[in-house]
Formats: sequence, structure tokens, C-alpha cells
Amino acid sequence: MNNTTATAGNKGEKDRSDCFVSLQLTSSGGFVIELTSKVEVLFGEAIRKLCIEVLHHFGIDNANLTIEDKGALPFVMAARLEAAIVQLVKTNKEYLPEMLPENLYSSSREQHRLSRLYLPGNTPSLMINAGIHSPNAIILDLEDAVAVHKKSEARVLVRNALRHLSFMGVERMVRINQVPAGLDDLNYIIPHNVNAVVVPKCESAEQIHEVNKRIGILQKSQKTPNQVWLIPIIESALGIIKSYEIATAADNVVALAIGLEDYTADLGIQRTNEGLETLFARSQVINACKAAGIQALDSVFSDMGDAVALKTYARQSKSIGFDGMGCIHPRQLKDIHEGFAPDEREIENAKKIMVAFAEATDKGLGVVSLGTKMIDAPVVKRAQRVINLAISLGKLQKDWRDNEHQVNSPS
Amino acid sequence: MKKQVTTVINAAGRSVPTEVNGKPVIPYKGVGQHRPEGNKYGPPISTCIDFPADGSKLNETLKQALIASGLKDGMTISTHHHFRNGDVIANQIFDIAAELGLKNLVWFPSASFDCHTPLIKYLEDGTIHHIEGSMNGQLGRVTSAGKMQGVGVLRSHGGRYQAVQDGEVKIDIAVIAAPTADSFGNANGLDGPAACGLLGFALADAQYASKVIIVTDHLVPFPCWPWQIQGNYVDYVVEVEQVGIPEKIVSGTTQVTKSPDRLFLADLTARFCEEAGIIRDGFSFQAGSGGTALSIGIYFAEMLKAKGMKSRFARGGSNAYLVKMLEDGLVEYILDGQTFDLEGVRSMKENPTHVDTSPFTSYNYHSKGNFAQLVDVVILGATEVDVNFNANVVTHSDGVLLHGIGGWQNCLFAKCTILPIPLFRDRIPVIREEVTTLCGPGELIDVIVTERGIAINPLRKDLLDKLKGSSLPIRTIRELKDEAEKICGVPAAVQFEEEIVAVVKWVDGTVIDCVRKVR
Repeated sequence: MNNTTATAGNKGEKDRSDCFVSLQLTSSGGFVIELTSKVEVLFGEAIRKLCIEVLHHFGIDNANLTIEDKGALPFVMAARLEAAIVQLVKTNKEYLPEMLPENLYSSSREQHRLSRLYLPGNTPSLMINAGIHSPNAIILDLEDAVAVHKKSEARVLVRNALRHLSFMGVERMVRINQVPAGLDDLNYIIPHNVNAVVVPKCESAEQIHEVNKRIGILQKSQKTPNQVWLIPIIESALGIIKSYEIATAADNVVALAIGLEDYTADLGIQRTNEGLETLFARSQVINACKAAGIQALDSVFSDMGDAVALKTYARQSKSIGFDGMGCIHPRQLKDIHEGFAPDEREIENAKKIMVAFAEATDKGLGVVSLGTKMIDAPVVKRAQRVINLAISLGKLQKDWRDNEHQVNSPS
Repeated sequence: MKKQVTTVINAAGRSVPTEVNGKPVIPYKGVGQHRPEGNKYGPPISTCIDFPADGSKLNETLKQALIASGLKDGMTISTHHHFRNGDVIANQIFDIAAELGLKNLVWFPSASFDCHTPLIKYLEDGTIHHIEGSMNGQLGRVTSAGKMQGVGVLRSHGGRYQAVQDGEVKIDIAVIAAPTADSFGNANGLDGPAACGLLGFALADAQYASKVIIVTDHLVPFPCWPWQIQGNYVDYVVEVEQVGIPEKIVSGTTQVTKSPDRLFLADLTARFCEEAGIIRDGFSFQAGSGGTALSIGIYFAEMLKAKGMKSRFARGGSNAYLVKMLEDGLVEYILDGQTFDLEGVRSMKENPTHVDTSPFTSYNYHSKGNFAQLVDVVILGATEVDVNFNANVVTHSDGVLLHGIGGWQNCLFAKCTILPIPLFRDRIPVIREEVTTLCGPGELIDVIVTERGIAINPLRKDLLDKLKGSSLPIRTIRELKDEAEKICGVPAAVQFEEEIVAVVKWVDGTVIDCVRKVR
């Protein structure tokens, strides 16, 4: 019998939608549950029932359990309790909350990744409403946003969130810890329909191979394994040099991201809002990505208070070839989307191409041309992408073609 | 232990008592169904020959003035809440009453705040028999625990004016804390260290109380102009060192929320108003000073600016943002009910179209029409809403009384009432099968905006039609409730004792619901 007390969760003054559990195994006397909760009247019974179910699931019949609850949702509380239990009991078991049917979607290689919103992997209150802000992707972060001694409990929480929290259809990414330590994080996310794994501080193709090897092992037991994309982050001088090798390391690498906080630290220089000092690194990554036919994603912009600088940064980032950037607060989303949105000229151009393509198809023409220019398939595809993006950002009406015809065919 | 009372089921289907604190009350009959008859209440006749020829009604101390006013057991004492959490006078009144050994007083504030927590001891020892007004925070908790001798009575700002005018509440002594006053009793809220803008909540008290005491820390020579409170109603004037704590009365700056979830709600609400055609040239609105409401006001301003339109008037509390709209020409009039920050106070002094109002002009059931009903759109909050659009603002889902009604009930009469609320707070679903306490009937509540969808009251077919085909997430209220419960779980029913600790009045003085002791 292990007499130590295991704890998990948060109980800081500002922590909400979370709980802190202390668990001690005993040899007799059943469960002694001490619950202080702001939702005691409405959910006290439900909480006790859930805790007993989790404890029984791990074969525990006697324990002293203290829960300090600040309105944790059931999937959060179960994660906290499990994180405490596995510190005391050697087990292969997991207590898995229901996988919501609406979480069983996959993402596509080429879908837009203008914005990816970072969510600290051990902070439930920031995860719960993340989907309503409609980022293109969310990243549940197990790496830098989680304190070292909280790494294990964060994995359990992230696993439960992937299963039981709806992110409303946005691409679900998880940033694992640096390989090789981060390989074990994969055990908690691959079987739970993560759409993309963000691999930090990547410096070689080998690291990508290792990640894919582990994914392969984990997916062997799955009946219908889901597609898992990889997004390596390049955050060091060496990584920048190796970026093409990393971009082409595997078929499921859909983008490279650049991490400028660590990169500037590696170079021993200060990062500025203007970003001149990182222009080479950013250009190198963009070039590697375009050569590999994948997306290039810019770093986060960490000056939260400066919306004007953010907008400028995003616009500049798009102009040099990035397809999107990271985001540390939902407040930044609007400016990022604005910055990466196609401008009037791009939209007009794309419309012309799509109209010409449609006309050519109607007439059964094999060759599409616009003015004197021939239009090949990739150009049409790119135009369609611009159109789709413009519609999704509210820059273009869904039924733009109807209006277009009125304008172009006055008869 | 309170006397057992008979209860009946009122028109809203709620079990309510037929008498409160020994006096018969009328159960709620439905919106616009109650029509009282007879004459309005009048205070005892006063005669000018009883007052000093030199006009000075100065008294040495508040205690002296209270004794001179005939303070005795069982009296009803009123105060106003323009000083919000910076009020120091209410506590002093009851300290004096306790020192004099008085019992069974009724406190009739226009609202209570955390600063009134020291009064709990007087509720427990019987100095105060009960509160008629609002029981906020700790006072609410104590009431819910059944520690108040009598039954609390919760009224809206308009309901308070109604209760005074029809004699349901007879104020024996009104104590009006005034930022500026002269020795004749003329007073206003515009100047002095405790400047709070206006004094509209004390208007009924001045006009209808048997005795009126003005307390000030900024005595000016006659005349104190403008006289928001007229000295001709006033019996005594007391000068004190400090009438209120300035930094708790008004804040220097109003903070707009940084919470992304609240901003999202505000943005969604503003977009709804735009698509519903509410934002047009000359429209009027009321948005509170809370985080979400404040941001909605800012979004309205942006929309007006972009369209080159202006709003005719904004009603309700004023703050720096509303003042900026006024001074930028985006709104023509502010009809101010209470001033929330120093910018509001400054503007009221400087801008002729920043007008002070009172519950008489805006809310009163016995007035011949009210300003609140003229407002195109009002943005309000709620602790709970149910599937019939009924809403609660006084208790939380665990049954504990924590808030007053304020002007909330009165505002429901606007042309469109919108409640932007989160679908759940931490684990507590905000949309319920049935509200814990009914404060506002669903027929007056038009739209619920949550971060996961907007529900339009089926009675508002016009709005449903307008929003048909909208890209906004329009859903049914039941879908929203189901989603909240899917995320949080279905909450257990709260168990109450039989004992009634407070009643909730409707705007017309009838009893719409009651609050029972929590187990």
C-alpha cells in the first residue's frame, strides 16, 4: 500500500472550470470523499458518483479523496482524478470519456491554416470556449505552456478534451514535447482523433521519422486509423538550415511553422515587431515549403497589446509568402484573418479565372484561356482556393457567380 | 421562525404568499392586468411657519436630526444608492438606531451593496425587521439562510416609485446623502467630493416621506443650483465630515472587457441588432455598464459611424463611452439614470443634452407613460433564463439570493429586449427548464444571445422572419438548453425549505414569485 498523497489539477485564485484533487489510498473503510465545490448544490451528487466510478475503474475500493472544485466539467474532473491515480497505482488502464460523434472529423492537407490558436494544455478554462472564436486550428499545447511538473496531468486532460470537448469543427492540433521525450505524448493523442501533431524544435528528418514510427505503432490497433498530419516547427539556426530536409521528410508533413522566440534566442538577438532580423530565416522556411509543395506558417506575434503592429505584421507575413501565423489570444484572430485575407485584386483575378474556366467547361473546350493567357489546372485550383477563402472570411458572397453573370451578360 | 402563511398560485404558475410581513399582497395577474384604483398616497401636511425664518435647517448631527424626525420602533427608513459601494450613511443610521435601542425598523434602500454588510448584525438582533429594496451579496446570503426577522421585499426601481406613490410603503424618514447641498435643503449630485451625477433614486423619497433629512459634506450658500432635490421637501440638513467614499462611488475610468468570450457575445449581439434592422438613423438604446453591455455600446458606435447615422437617445447609466458617443455626435441625448464614472459627472455638468432622469420619468407604473417603453433596444443580463424565455436576476441556480432587480424589470418594456448571456458559467447551465426565481415573464423577453447560438422568442415572428436565412447561428431555446446540459450535465433540483424569506414584486406591485430558505 502506497501511503503517499498524489495531487493533480489547479486551485489558484484565478483558476476556473478546474479542480484540484488530493488522493490517498487506504486499506479499508471505503471512500471518504471531501468535496468543496461552487456547484455542490447542483452537481455534488454527480461529482461523487463520477469519482467513485473512476476509482472503481482503476480497481480502487478504499481511498481518501479531497476535491477542491471550481466548476470543472466532468471530463476535466475525470482527467484530474486519473492523473492522481496513476501516480499511486501501476496500471495500463485509462478512464476514457465518451468520444463525441461531432469530434470525429478529419482535416485535409490543403485546408486553410491562416490562424492556429495556442491553448495551454493544462488550463481547461481557456479550452472550453476556444471553438466559438473560429480560428482555423487550435493547438492544445503540451510543450512550453505546461510547467515541467504538470506534464503528465496535462496529457490526460488533453486526451479527454480531444474526446469530449467540441472545438466546433476547427482543425485539432496538439503540440507535443520535443522528440524524443515528446514521443510518449503521442500515446495520449493519436488514438483520439487528433488532426495534426505539431513537432517543436525540429532539427532533422530523423525526428519526423521517429514520430511517424510511433504513430504507426499506435495506429496498428485502430480499426480505422485517422489521417494524422505533421507540422514541424523550426526554431533554431540548425533547423533553418535543415528546413527543406524536414519539409520533405514524410508525406504527411503538411506545413512547416517557424518559431521566432526560440530562433532569436538561439542567435542571441532581440526579436522586433518589424522582424528584419528574422527575414532570412523566414524566407528560408517559406522557400523550403514552397519547394516541397506544403504550407509555410509564421510564428506567433507576442505583443498582445499592439493590434496595429499585429495587422501590419500579418500583412507583411502574407506578402513574403506565409500561409498563416500562430495566435496566442482569440483577440488576435480578427487581425490575423484580415491580414491574410485575399485583397480585392486577388479576388477579382480569381473570379475572372473561375468564370473563364466555367465558360470553357460549358463549351466543352479543353483549353482555358483568359485574354491571351492560357490557364492550367493548378492556376484554377489556386483561384478556387482564393475564392473559398474570400467567402469564408466574408469578403465575397457565396452566390457571387449569380451577380457576376448579371454584370457580364446584360442581355 | 416566521409565521406560516397561505400561498396561492399566481398567473405565472408560481406559488406566492397572500400576505407579507402581516400585510395582504396581490398575486401577479399577468403583464398589464393590474389596475389599481383610488388616489395616490400623500405625506402629512407640512406648514412653512414651522420652519426657521432664515431658511437654515441645519442640525448638529445625524443622530439629532433622526431624533428630531421622531425616529422610533417600527419606522421605515429610506436611503438611495447613488453612492453605490461608497455609501457610509445607511450604516450610520442603523448604528444610531441600535444605540437608541430601537427595534423592528424597516430599511427601504433603492439598492444595497457590499458596503452594507455591517448591517447583518442588525438584521440578526432585530434592530432591522426586514429590508424592502434589494439584498445583494452577503445580505442576500443572510436572507436566504432565513436570518432576517421579516420577509424581504424585492422591487424594481420603477416598482419602488409605485410602492411609494400608492402608499404600499410609507416612508417615515428619508435620509438623502447629497454631494452638494445648501442649508435650506436644496441638493444635487454634481459637485463636492462625493459627486455622483444625479439623485433621481431619492426623488420619490423627498416627495413622499414624512420627514426628509439631507446629509452632505459639501455645504454651499443658498442657492444650491441645480436643485435636483428641492429644499422645500426637506426637514433637516446635516453637515458631516464625509458623506461617501469617492473612489467607491464613481470610478475614474470605465474599463471595457478584455474577456474574449464576452467580446464575442457583444459582437454577436451587435450583429444581431444590425441584421434585425434595429440600428438605423434615430434609433434609441439602453446598454448597461457591465462588461458585455459596455462593449455592445462601443460596437453600436462603430456601426453608426460607419453608416453615417446617429442615435436619438441612449437611456440608462452613463459612462465615459456613452459620453464620447454624445460628444462625437453619434447620440443626441443621454437620458441618465445613474452616473457611473467621472466622465459622466463632467458631461452632465457641461452638456445640455446629457439629462438627469428618475424612476418617475423612466419606470414608474403610476406614471402616465414611461421613457423605458420608448427605447428601441435594451441589452440586459440574467442569472438564468428558461425554455419559455422567463428570466431570473435575483437568485443563482443554487437558490441563493444575491442580486437586486434594479431597473431590469422596467426595461423589459422596451421594443426589443435582448439578453446576451453565456450558455453556461463554469459548470452551471444558464438556460434551464424552469428559472429558480421568476423576475421577468418570457413574453417580454425577445432574444437570448449565447456564444453557442441565438434564440428568438417565437412570439416575435417579425424578428424570426427578418433573420430567416441569416448567417447568424439562430437556434431554438430548447436546443440551447440541451446543449448546455450536454456540456455541464443535468443539474439536480435545488431543495428549499417551506419558509419564504423574500418576495419578488412585479412592476405593478403584485407578487410574481418568492424566494424560499435554502436548505
